[in-house]
Amino acid sequence: MNLDSKIPEGPLSEKWTNYKASQKLVNPANKRKIDIIVVGTGLAGASAAASLGALGFNVDIFCIQDSPRRAHSIAAQGGINAAKNYQNDGDSVERLFRDTIKGGDYRAREANVYRLAEVSGNIIDQCVAQGVPFARDYGGLLDNRSFGGAQVSRTFYARGQTGQQLLLGAYGALSREIARGSVHLHERREMMELVIVDGRARGIIARNLVTGALERYAAHAVVVATGGYGNVYYLSTNAMNSNGSAAWICHKKGAAFANPCYVQIHPTCIPVHGDYQSKLTLMSESLRNDGRIWVPKKKEDAEAIRAHKLKPTDIAEEDRDYYLERRYPAFGNLVPRDVASRAAKERCDAGYGVGSTGLAVYLDFADAIQRLGRDVVEQKYGNLFQMYQKIVDTDPYEEPMMIYPAVHYTMGGLWVDYELQTTIPGLFAAGEANFSDHGANRLGASALMQGLADGYFVLPYTMQNYLADQIYEGKISPDAPEFEQAEQAVRQRVNSLFDVGRHTSAPHSVDHFHKALGKIMWEYVGMARSAESLNTAMERVKELEKQFWNEVYIPGTADEFNPDLEKGYRLADYFELARLIITDAQHREESCGGHFRIEHQTEDGETLRDDENFMYVAAWEYQGYDKPETMTKEPLDYEHIKIAKRNYK
Amino acid sequence: MNFTLHIWRQENAQAKGRFETYHVENITAECSFLEMLDILNEQLVNDRIAHPVCFDNDCREGICGMCGLYINGRPHGNDDGITTCQLHMRRFNDGDEIWIEPWRAKPFPVIRDLVVDRTAFDKIIQAGGYISTTTGGVPDANTIPIPKHIADQAMDAAACIGCGACVAACKNASAMLFVGAKVSHLNLLPQGRVEALDRVRNMVIKMDELGFGSCTNTYACEAECPKQIKRQNIARMNRQWIGQMFGRDRRK
Repeated sequence: MNLDSKIPEGPLSEKWTNYKASQKLVNPANKRKIDIIVVGTGLAGASAAASLGALGFNVDIFCIQDSPRRAHSIAAQGGINAAKNYQNDGDSVERLFRDTIKGGDYRAREANVYRLAEVSGNIIDQCVAQGVPFARDYGGLLDNRSFGGAQVSRTFYARGQTGQQLLLGAYGALSREIARGSVHLHERREMMELVIVDGRARGIIARNLVTGALERYAAHAVVVATGGYGNVYYLSTNAMNSNGSAAWICHKKGAAFANPCYVQIHPTCIPVHGDYQSKLTLMSESLRNDGRIWVPKKKEDAEAIRAHKLKPTDIAEEDRDYYLERRYPAFGNLVPRDVASRAAKERCDAGYGVGSTGLAVYLDFADAIQRLGRDVVEQKYGNLFQMYQKIVDTDPYEEPMMIYPAVHYTMGGLWVDYELQTTIPGLFAAGEANFSDHGANRLGASALMQGLADGYFVLPYTMQNYLADQIYEGKISPDAPEFEQAEQAVRQRVNSLFDVGRHTSAPHSVDHFHKALGKIMWEYVGMARSAESLNTAMERVKELEKQFWNEVYIPGTADEFNPDLEKGYRLADYFELARLIITDAQHREESCGGHFRIEHQTEDGETLRDDENFMYVAAWEYQGYDKPETMTKEPLDYEHIKIAKRNYK
Repeated sequence: MNFTLHIWRQENAQAKGRFETYHVENITAECSFLEMLDILNEQLVNDRIAHPVCFDNDCREGICGMCGLYINGRPHGNDDGITTCQLHMRRFNDGDEIWIEPWRAKPFPVIRDLVVDRTAFDKIIQAGGYISTTTGGVPDANTIPIPKHIADQAMDAAACIGCGACVAACKNASAMLFVGAKVSHLNLLPQGRVEALDRVRNMVIKMDELGFGSCTNTYACEAECPKQIKRQNIARMNRQWIGQMFGRDRRK
């Protein structure tokens, strides 16, 4: 496969300007004749559809929920980064760019990341104009806070619900375009197939989740903005309906999938408590601004806490091990997520974990409450504290929170070039669904930034470069034989799931298999991976997948509202995706960012990269069900940045 | 803990609904209400007794607004300031009978069982629940300072998650709290003032057109709102509604 990343010529800081100056555009009269499909209404999808609609294109947008406002972007709590330097603390586009590259452990493309940093400021301007109620200081100007992996305060926030407010801004812009008639909304619809005509993405088959009907939509280009695949682990901070199927469907149709093994495990989540548990709740990274992470210094104290004989408040100051501050004095509690997660695992594995399972560490606000007063802490984090209390039933103002890492975000995704176009012409991928900007680890508050950058400021430009040639095509017809074939394929796929249940003697629910898959992935492909664990994972996933196709029982029919069926076809894709994650993790014999191979670590347990052999993007190409995928390397050439050991000490 | 559940079952919008009774056993106190329903559904699938109970849910951390059940006569159940997914079984006693219904409001027709169609809310937003900006060409974010107390009030109103509990709680199925919150959020901000009067007019007219009822000031909406949106937002909207009738801005 030929991977052309289409990086524009010129010095790094001028590439985007040069691109925009020389790209092709579509004139206003022709925009009306161009149809675009956007799948997903999160930050990336909603902002792209609103911007493209405002430019004059005809946009059809799809979401699986009942309203665009439900997309999982809403759950982002802490904030959004931007290189505004409002705090006069030394921030700049260059610094945000460097922090992001370093945070990603030197596995992201320079030109994309630089562009992201460049447009970050415009995002904040745009959101304020839309009425996003960012936090302000007493002078009425915008407030900032710090996030992991940065030594400046560049994170803008709206209490603990920044994602919600940013999405409502984008949803507002989208609603305006819907009212104007430039965007057509299709809610409770799921993309089931990508339709390719003459080698170009020309439409989708969508399933109406209320009636079960299959519907055809044709367009000149398709944007997939359907988020990540973290739910392959079953327990994650993702929403229940977040899934990897749209991206996987594109992959099966020929779009390369890049770096699937880069999965982010977030350090501060509420620990697991029981087998029936359906999801893990994140406690925002912003809490690490004021919260201090610790475990007891003495094993016997940890044991006593686990046995409920001691309370955390009984442990004297000198008997507490603030292990992040101890190991990483320069960044302290604000080290990047992968570093903080591994450090928590290390302490728990060594026997110092707390909580009844021993798989938890403390996040303590006693100091902050003493220093700032309860009122200030409440104002900053009130809703997070309330959320914690409702779930755990202890008061975090009185007793430290208990936290443990959980799957949160996937840096891997559909391979895209500088224009965010996949290897299928006319198919674009935005937001978490693509792989482009975060390398092997994403910094906190950068997902919102990337989603909105892609949708507001990148796709509306780069898509025109593609669409300029499409004005001669005329209307794309959904009656073409390719649409018919695609629809048949979907029907067959859905029926095959029901067939299993009809013939099996030992039926199991979809959730039964999903939980089992999640356990395998977390155990063997989680925070620490080895050649051995990955081999075990592969064997067990294959075994489970076989069992799934012999025993899964899906109630009801395809022609009705049927959530179990939705879960079923998504899980079928997750099995294949899980195998690709494992394959990618097996091949990458180094440790970088979220991918930690225990064979490759420094003496003090830090990641050990192998830049000589692995400084590339691994782009995988589908070869058919159960056939090994082929991998093409896109080398990462760092022209601007000096490669260094990632050091947060 | 063991529970007896009376759950509203309805195959689709046209079908006639009814209550069905189920039993769940050995539920722990840490289990969330929706996880308890997951356990029931697992039982129903394994025993092939009935189609699993359909209910909307997504983030399961109280922010997406997707879930919404009427539990023992209260939207989102017997606790304050939470969504259904944040309700835990520790709020119940062993042996309790629990009645579970969908939102009951004409503008929210039932899709299946406990799932309702809330697209009416989207239509209200499309009528004016936004500030008309197109991408690009906006001033620097710090050009217009906004007093902190105004920004905070706007944020309080903007915290609405659009779950529909206010409508479900209201005997008239009024959407005044939802609309009032959006009007307040945007009209309080300098950026939203340009279109303030049109916004309140268009959103209120759309709300009425979609069949939501009138407000009779019982404030059940405020009591049941998972984000504790204040009724002052309704008052602010009403003031602005009167203001727009006279064609000038009365907001002070």
